[in-house]
Amino acid sequence: MKAFEYTSPSTVADAVRLVGERPAAGFIAGGTDLLNLMKDGARAHDRVVDINALPLGDVVQTNGVIHIGALARMADVAVHPAVQRALPVVSQALLASASPQVRNMAAIGGNLLQRTRCGYFRDAGSPCNKRVPGSGCPALEGVNRGHAVLGGSDHCIAVHPSDLAVALLAVDAVVLTQGQAGPRRIPVGEFHLLPGTTPDRENALAHGELILGIEVPVTPMAAKSGYLKLRDRTTFEFAVVAVAAALDLRGNVIRDIRLTFGGVATKPWRSLEAEAELRGKRITGVTLAAAGQALVRGAVPRAENAFKVDLVQRALAGHLRELGGVR
Amino acid sequence: MIGISQVMEASSAEGATAETAAASTVDITLKVNGVEHQLTVEPRVTLLDALRERLDLTGTKKGCDRGECGACTVLVDDRRIKSCLTLAVMRQNAAITTIEGLADGDKLHPVQTAFIRRDAFQCGGCTSGQIMSAVACIEEGHTGSADEIREWMSGNLCRCACYANIVTAVQDAAQEIRR
Repeated sequence: MKAFEYTSPSTVADAVRLVGERPAAGFIAGGTDLLNLMKDGARAHDRVVDINALPLGDVVQTNGVIHIGALARMADVAVHPAVQRALPVVSQALLASASPQVRNMAAIGGNLLQRTRCGYFRDAGSPCNKRVPGSGCPALEGVNRGHAVLGGSDHCIAVHPSDLAVALLAVDAVVLTQGQAGPRRIPVGEFHLLPGTTPDRENALAHGELILGIEVPVTPMAAKSGYLKLRDRTTFEFAVVAVAAALDLRGNVIRDIRLTFGGVATKPWRSLEAEAELRGKRITGVTLAAAGQALVRGAVPRAENAFKVDLVQRALAGHLRELGGVR
Repeated sequence: MIGISQVMEASSAEGATAETAAASTVDITLKVNGVEHQLTVEPRVTLLDALRERLDLTGTKKGCDRGECGACTVLVDDRRIKSCLTLAVMRQNAAITTIEGLADGDKLHPVQTAFIRRDAFQCGGCTSGQIMSAVACIEEGHTGSADEIREWMSGNLCRCACYANIVTAVQDAAQEIRR
């Protein structure tokens, strides 16, 4: 890890200024992702601004929204009564993330900012368009079992690792930020970027822009939501495939639905096409198959990850049957 | 084979880096096992390295240094964390508990005695972290079944694969502590 100067401001304005005024400065909250990347040489900052003294740690429910402060810890948000009751998909996704120790440390804002990564990104000895733009992507023809089948480009096929972001996308969350240009509200679906030709750019934040919190509307659909995560081992592992769903069921008919996916895409992935196949329909083998096919229509499998195209459809079908109480 | 000039070059380069970094040190206070320690560190020093290299509290182990193995688990304000994933400078004013602070004089903590009784370790590399994690796991109330213990102890890896005995040790200790 390269040396850096450290500062711990007590106001949001100071924090934003301290990072904004220095091109290589960065924020630290939980540190669970940042410090690993700095140790690996995948990231370097000459100034680290510790935001833990800022008053951004609360979870509050008011006027039909739940506000989750950027500094709330994963472990605390996962068991917060309002989150468990109104946003089960968020609670489940958090409890399926990382390990108990990491969940005690890691902050909600930082979770959304986890670098989209793969083994080549973390290995300073390999080329990587994300780490060194223009250097190439060894994953395209290399070890790519864990990589994306949706949303990739010729420049990058790394998977976005966050379970939480996939869950938040299923409940129409909005990211609240403060930058030098002022405050912004960014729908979580517009927060993460596709790699395209600039995989080094992963989100919509400007340099020095700070996440203050997440706002989630409380709806009946969000209350009937759930997260399914399939992994290579039972726990403490990233998703091979993950499905988040929120359902508005009237009788057996789906009035509205959100379907989002992790483990298969370069950003938290919502499939409007799969949702459209199910809206106004019953949950049956036929409609589930149609939704699965719509989901993977544009999929680009590589040598080792083609199995994900099949697995994600099965996961979608199994998860919706479970959530909808349909056998 | 590396020539002498290369070695000297390398060491003088290291010296220069150390000097630059030394220019930006910070004075911090860490409260570990009830004792306050004043020390001067570079901001990049992790809590783990400060404990081991500066305070000589080598009971806390460095395994992967990437938050994956759990060998460096300590309690900060009674919450278990991985000390390799946090900076020492970020943990001032907090109550840090390491494996050295668990026993009451010569009387071992119930989790320590349970690990001995149940033969829950071989090489010992992960054991401090397992025990610290188990103390928190019991306090959090996640010991209702063997499955629950396995899930909530999953942040601690054991290369010798003593998992079966670790689970029974945690069950034993949980019973004793809750009695």
